[in-house]
Amino acid sequence: MLLNQFLLLAAVLFCIGVYGVISRRNGVMVLMSIELILNSVNLNLVAFSAMTGAVSGQVFALFVIAVAAAEVGVGLAIVLAIFRTYRSVDLDQVDLMKG
Amino acid sequence: MTFLLAAAQNADAPTLAAQNVAFGIIAALMIYAAVRLVTTDNVVHAAVHLVLVLAGAAAQFILLGAEFIAITQVLVYIGAIVVLFLFGIMLTKAPMSGEEKLSRDNWMLGGATGLVLLGLLGYALIDSFGGDRLPADLMPTDTRAVSDAIFGTYLVPFEIISLLLLAALVGAIVIARRD
Repeated sequence: MLLNQFLLLAAVLFCIGVYGVISRRNGVMVLMSIELILNSVNLNLVAFSAMTGAVSGQVFALFVIAVAAAEVGVGLAIVLAIFRTYRSVDLDQVDLMKG
Repeated sequence: MTFLLAAAQNADAPTLAAQNVAFGIIAALMIYAAVRLVTTDNVVHAAVHLVLVLAGAAAQFILLGAEFIAITQVLVYIGAIVVLFLFGIMLTKAPMSGEEKLSRDNWMLGGATGLVLLGLLGYALIDSFGGDRLPADLMPTDTRAVSDAIFGTYLVPFEIISLLLLAALVGAIVIARRD
């Protein structure tokens, strides 16, 4: 197996995630796209770990999974607070701090 | 196009060919599910497609010999994070059918950004790792080695991560609490 096939798959997933973060209006959907991005990074880390034979890549993939769990918890709490305030999760309506 | 040539010459050993076929099928499934995830107008369908992408990633981890990461991926991502997402969808009363558009009107700009980024990343990757191969005798990583690394070399980052998780969960409760 080539190393590049995993890296290119991760790059494709990363770009789809970036597109989702930019183009989605729903707060929950933006969080899902961020999960896509973090997951593609994990794929890269594990692929390099398999390439070099060092386990550091896998350890960092585990750390990324833990940080992703924390991020989803806080992110969904924020989306919930936005929903309580605005009665909607449409991020275009959240413009209180817009100049 | 040395990358494609190298991929074509890769079919020397039967196991490697089988691995490549498995990779291709799973990768196509993951990309399809990811595209549906960012384009569908139904939030629950998006969550289901997220499960597909995460399960595909777990399968790729097994293909790369990282069993423990694959199991953790299934337990934490599919078991916990997707359930959290479903609760978030239910609590924010998002429409169950596609009566409301979920994408912005200027999604073309986002698409252009993604495509340019993909072009740059793809060029850089093919340029720098053109025909690099994974070791042909790729063995599953010993989970003991992973745990040795976590509780040896990376003990301090591990403790910091656990503190971060605690702080994040307390913070989530504080933010989401009704008062």
